[in-house]
Amino acid sequence: MFDKILIANRGEIACRVIKTARKMGIRTVAVYSDADRHALHVEMADEAVHIGPPPANQSYIVIDKIMEAIRQTGAQAVHPGYGFLSENPKFAEALAAANIAFVGPPVGAIEKMGDKITSKKIAQEAGVSTVPGYMGLIEDAEEAVKISNQIGYPVMIKASAGGGGKGMRIAWTDAEAREGFQSSKNEAASSFGDDRIFIEKFVTQPRHIEIQVLADTHGNAVYLHERECSIQRRNQKVVEEAPSPFLDEATRKAMGEQAVALAKAVGYASAGTVEFIVDGDRNFYFLEMNTRLQVEHPVTELITGVDLVEQMIRVAAGEKLPFAQEDLKITGWAIENRLYAEDPYRGFLPSIGRLTRYRPPIEIASGPMAAAGTWHGDAPTGKTAVRNDTGVFEGGEISMYYDPMIAKLCTWGETRDAAIEEMRQALDRFEVEGIGHNLPFLAAVMDHPKFISGDMTTAFIAEEYPEGFEGVELSDDWLKKIAASCAAMHRVAEIRRTRVSGRMDNHERHVGEEWNVALQGTDYTVRIDADHDGSTIALPDGTSHRVEGSWTPGDQLAEMTVDGQPIALKVGKISGGFRIRFRGADLKVHVRTPRQAELARLMPEKLPPDTSKLLLCPMPGLVVKIDVEVGQEVQEGQALCTIEAMKMENILRAEKKSIVTKINAGAGDSLAVDEVIMEFE
Amino acid sequence: MKDILHELEARRGQARLGGGEKRIEAQHAKGKLTARERIELLLDEGSFEEFDMFVAHRCTDFGMEKQRPYGDGVVTGWGTINGRMVYVFSQDFTVFGGSLSETHAQKICKIMDMAIQNGAPVIGINDSGGARIQEGVASLAGYAEVFQRNIMASGVIPQISVIMGPCAGGAVYSPAMTDFIFMVRDSSYMFVTGPDVVKTVTNEQVTAEELGGASTHTKKSSVADGAFENDVEALAEVRRLVDFLPLSNREKPPVRPFFDEPGRVEKSLDTLIPDNANAPYDMKELILKVADEGDFYEIQEDFAKNIITGFIRLEGQTVGVVANQPMVLAGCLDIDSSRKAARFVRFCDCFEIPILTLVDVPGFLPGTSQEYGGVIKHGAKLLFAYGEATVPKVTVITRKAYGGAYDVMASKHLRGDFNYAWPTAEIAVMGAKGATEIIHRGDLGNADKIAAHTKDYEDRFANPFVAAERGFIDEVIQPRSTRRRVSRAFASLRNKKLTNPWKKHDNIPL
Repeated sequence: MFDKILIANRGEIACRVIKTARKMGIRTVAVYSDADRHALHVEMADEAVHIGPPPANQSYIVIDKIMEAIRQTGAQAVHPGYGFLSENPKFAEALAAANIAFVGPPVGAIEKMGDKITSKKIAQEAGVSTVPGYMGLIEDAEEAVKISNQIGYPVMIKASAGGGGKGMRIAWTDAEAREGFQSSKNEAASSFGDDRIFIEKFVTQPRHIEIQVLADTHGNAVYLHERECSIQRRNQKVVEEAPSPFLDEATRKAMGEQAVALAKAVGYASAGTVEFIVDGDRNFYFLEMNTRLQVEHPVTELITGVDLVEQMIRVAAGEKLPFAQEDLKITGWAIENRLYAEDPYRGFLPSIGRLTRYRPPIEIASGPMAAAGTWHGDAPTGKTAVRNDTGVFEGGEISMYYDPMIAKLCTWGETRDAAIEEMRQALDRFEVEGIGHNLPFLAAVMDHPKFISGDMTTAFIAEEYPEGFEGVELSDDWLKKIAASCAAMHRVAEIRRTRVSGRMDNHERHVGEEWNVALQGTDYTVRIDADHDGSTIALPDGTSHRVEGSWTPGDQLAEMTVDGQPIALKVGKISGGFRIRFRGADLKVHVRTPRQAELARLMPEKLPPDTSKLLLCPMPGLVVKIDVEVGQEVQEGQALCTIEAMKMENILRAEKKSIVTKINAGAGDSLAVDEVIMEFE
Repeated sequence: MKDILHELEARRGQARLGGGEKRIEAQHAKGKLTARERIELLLDEGSFEEFDMFVAHRCTDFGMEKQRPYGDGVVTGWGTINGRMVYVFSQDFTVFGGSLSETHAQKICKIMDMAIQNGAPVIGINDSGGARIQEGVASLAGYAEVFQRNIMASGVIPQISVIMGPCAGGAVYSPAMTDFIFMVRDSSYMFVTGPDVVKTVTNEQVTAEELGGASTHTKKSSVADGAFENDVEALAEVRRLVDFLPLSNREKPPVRPFFDEPGRVEKSLDTLIPDNANAPYDMKELILKVADEGDFYEIQEDFAKNIITGFIRLEGQTVGVVANQPMVLAGCLDIDSSRKAARFVRFCDCFEIPILTLVDVPGFLPGTSQEYGGVIKHGAKLLFAYGEATVPKVTVITRKAYGGAYDVMASKHLRGDFNYAWPTAEIAVMGAKGATEIIHRGDLGNADKIAAHTKDYEDRFANPFVAAERGFIDEVIQPRSTRRRVSRAFASLRNKKLTNPWKKHDNIPL
């Protein structure tokens, strides 16, 4: 086994690899750019080597710099993580030339699977199911109909030169195929000057399901079952789970065996993933093979008990796989939620800045990993597991240079429902402040009926959130429970206020039992009956809730039980009340005496200021240029200015025709969210 | 006998109606509460004791003798806020538009006299059209009587003004002399001369809101210390402020039970200071992480944002915080920030509230507008205020403390009790580049040499240790332990006694 391994990556995956290496008694070397000087992976590693400026193309993906770090530290192997150099055959070659072990597959496998056309060809040859289609040129409509029938409807008729939906038709019948062929051809000719057309199977109700494979250098290869990754936003996976709620045993076996066949066909040795697209009838088709450790690998680990990183390192050291296919069982269910530094209320724009607060839920080990001893959480084992793979810490900085993913929160339970419920609880206990992030969105997905039923496709987010994410409205039942909790918390805070020094003796303030709680447009008048262990809160409808918990003023996470059910509320301060965040909802809650509430109802409802005539900065960033001048008339859609954030240039455009009356920012200015860039007539 | 008791209740009922149902409705329609409703929200339930309910004016001109409503447009009395005594007056817009008559003024004066005598704050709720014109000079005399009492009460008891309607002309000068002014957005305004006069005299077109609304006074003029969305919120926040303040200068600031470990370690503060010395960071994060329960009551949040002022508690006891804000103008001192902080420091000193100063200051803002505006004298206000303050003073330098601004910001030399620095502190006459260009003027043409000199200067002076060698810094502390160190420092100063030489009063450069 190696004595020292270098991790050519950063963030959570570098930390993840370091953890396993440390468990195996291998010393670790981290590499870091200027932006990562204080990063968690640098702190966790035994040694760290600086490799250059923040942009990855000047540091993390410069092969020479990694090679130099290897020379400096004497590392015998390199784990590339995912992204960066993980699927770069030149890097694997450079390592081989220097006689350094690459914790990944052989160069040949990377190359073969790295090309879309080659990989599909090899897959076909290995007997892997690929999307049926006709690659040759099609002469006329009748031939198109013939081919369509051979493939089986529905089919997609596509222009060879096509893109962006142009020259593309979906046909369900002969008539549609005939008509589609002609119109695609015409459109292709006029749009691209190239009227070549091909036809392939149109996959309906597509789901993204992938198979984890693991192979050694002794010719053994196994599959570790599937992961379902259908919940994606613009091809970026957001929620993954294992196993898939959709596969049956036969399909799983068929997919697994084909994946193994493909691995063997390319002489694979390491962990890899074969991605499939699966239609509503469980027909599956090969998409591509990822020749690296996948981001979402933890869900596979949680249901199999296998530490994939450990196996990758062992394979790289020439060891044989310690298990055979029949040893690999699925136990329970695992869900992964990816926490992104992206603001769901602003169209998932990246958010950068300082993590003023970052408190993940406590890790609880349970299930196959705990049983196999491949992972130990912070807390003793329970019936469910919580695992958080992260690369950030409170007080750390989310920089604009790298991937906005900051943590992968995973839960495991004996059933899918148990895993989902544990995830809801874990999300409620995950405190992240200082940046915009998608926690509320994740919580919303965990409560979405389609997700709960397991009936989702890759179009889930686009279909269920067509206007983007607009927050969550809680059910009456939850609102009542939150109202009860807030009344109890408010009472605690008010009683403390009466204990201030300097009171007039014998004329102290008496804190009453009747309160009015206003939240999400609803008012509840409640009566609190407090005793030593908690409070019973009676609602006007005759029901009552029992609230117990140890919340004291200032606690930002209120962990309590309501009617015996544990709930965790994130508690913030707002003028005269609480800001409560729970299950993706963000509520303003005011607890008042009945008289205060009566007077509060007389207060005018104030509308938020009209920002329709302002151009607000949608994210913190740097003004690259201002494209207009004061007094200039702008048309709808016209570029107004360019803001750079997270290395991305974002062009802000006019929403309607207007005249620019004032410009408040210039090139080079760095702006905060919602700063006014310019004003219109 | 029974009839007489009924008669009292009937009269009380009449007094409580103020200007009558119709005017109360009109007041509500404007989004405003009545004088009595406001008192209800301000004070503990059932604690209000009213004075002078049956006072009526004595004016006989212009037919005024025909209308003599009870109370004469102001409700006065005392009550408690969380069990602590306060005096209150609340002008009643439903009675003669809350205008101030001789008797109206007398009512206010009565409770102010009692407040001074008995050592309790005065909270004035202002909602008045101005002087009772029918009464002429008697009304003006009334204002002046109130002014004189504001002056006498200043520094003896906290005085808080809440502007909940118009407050114009001479009337503005009573709130102006109180310790804090709060306003309600969209329903209050303050100005010496109104939009009509402005139009006539200067030909400026301006609305009442633009001229003297909450936004103007919290952002531009700094007349107001805070603004709130509506009456309910404003009064709840005034209650919150009173919880921080001593009742008078005869008492120590209040202490209340707290639920926060004084030794709480905040590891994240170790990374608060960015690697780049010129990069900003949010000083409020430090304040919130030092404070008990993250509770901070900010004063003048929207004005001179390059300095932060407000109240926190440490171990349950009120502490005033003054902190440079590197996010705005690099945290430099200028006319506005000096004035803002000086007034705050003097308030704390009046009322024995210890002061925590958090320093990251690159110096004073240069420029003609500053010099022409008199930054010398305005800057001196803050220097003077810190120097004369005898309350416990604890200072933490987080990063820059350059030049004269270092001296000003509660330095050791201004009788700072505990002067701490983070390891990231740079205490020097100026930044390395500027200093090098002066010391090594001869090498200015040689970039390499200048760079080398700059590096030397940085190595020697861009740290807290030169100051620590001389004892100007008592100790260099870990950022993460700031709360613990600062809490212990204030704990050790609880019995501090320091007096300035006798004088009639000082002559601060106003």
